[in-house]
Amino acid sequence: MSVVFRKPDSMADVNTHYCPGCTHGIVHRLICEIIDEMGIEGDTIGICPVGCSVMAYDYFNCDMIEAPHGRAPAVATGVKRSLPDKFVFTYQGDGDLAAIGTAETIHAAARGENITIIFINNTTYGMTGGQMAPTTLPGQVTQTTPYGRDVEKAGYPVKMCEILAQVDGTALAQRVSVDSPKEVQIAKKAIRKAFQIQRDKKGFSIVEVLSTCPTNWGMSPVESLERLRKECIPYFPLGVYKDITAKENSND
Amino acid sequence: MGKINVIFDKCKGCGLCENACPQKIIQIQKDKINSHGYFTAVCINDDKCVGCAMCAVMCPECAITVERQVQK
Ligand SMILES: Cc1ncc(C[n+]2csc(CCOP(=O)(O)OP(=O)(O)O)c2C)c(N)n1
Ligand code: SF4
Ligand code: SF4
Ligand code: SF4
Ligand SMILES: [Mg+2]
Repeated sequence: MSVVFRKPDSMADVNTHYCPGCTHGIVHRLICEIIDEMGIEGDTIGICPVGCSVMAYDYFNCDMIEAPHGRAPAVATGVKRSLPDKFVFTYQGDGDLAAIGTAETIHAAARGENITIIFINNTTYGMTGGQMAPTTLPGQVTQTTPYGRDVEKAGYPVKMCEILAQVDGTALAQRVSVDSPKEVQIAKKAIRKAFQIQRDKKGFSIVEVLSTCPTNWGMSPVESLERLRKECIPYFPLGVYKDITAKENSND
Repeated sequence: MGKINVIFDKCKGCGLCENACPQKIIQIQKDKINSHGYFTAVCINDDKCVGCAMCAVMCPECAITVERQVQK
């Protein structure tokens, strides 16, 4: 028998600090699989956020930098401009990217920075104990919305892919999910496309991954996948919101 | 024909592999814990494993290695 699935080489052989069933780990692995397949471990620099993935630098074997909360796209801009031939990606949660880091994100896209953002939307501030995030769904109970998010008072969820698709510097904006093996494979393809767009110097790419936070959602890991499917995907529809390479690849 | 190997001390017993397996041959064993205090996943029927790797694809801990009979 041959080994058909194993840990990617660019993923560190360590135990993560993530809660059982947290999908951060699935997305880490997908990025590492792409790094391995493209053979770019020595040419990749990742930027970590503040949030549960703050220590992701321990889980990737490529070079990693830790940015202040929300500032990963600004740090990535500096790294990419000084080392334009390296692959530079950020890994950011929804609190990091869509709250404190909204300006950095939108302006990095507007400048058409040739970087890749992997955006983990789990509809909450996981690390700090499950407060409302900009992406928290209407009615969702969190630490700071104990009666459910009331849109009259707390406004509506921010849909980053839809917003970034309107920005001229954006080359790719795609939303994927990791709620089933099939969706995980689609997510992997999207991450590969983002890295290829960066390789071809076509501009800013973002892959938003709808993810779970079983601990703060107060559900089992399997129930969390179910909630992702039944509640999150209808509000945050999956799909390609912008892809400037779609025409060239239309006979793929 | 396939075979999985769960790395005992990496598994957190989350059950995502159990949920994904089309053959329903993964279970979380509740009679012993690993060095981190977690119950862990085991394959309860090696003969039925088809080596599809759906369990491993869903594992957030990269705790599963999958082997398969590959046609030469
Ligand atoms: C400047 C600053 N403000 C606030 C915080 C507190 N803080 C830490 S993590 C976090 C939000 C994390 O949520 P998210 O980015 O969604 O990541 P997750 O943990 O859900 O993966 C906040 C507000 C901080 N560390 N630094
Ligand atoms: S708090 Fe939520 S996002 Fe953070 S590791 Fe635990 S499950 Fe994952
Ligand atoms: S998915 Fe991975 S961590 Fe979760 S129970 Fe299965 S082997 Fe263990
Ligand atoms: S490889 Fe497929 S059949 Fe075998 S245990 Fe994993 S999911 Fe089940
Ligand atoms: Mg979050």
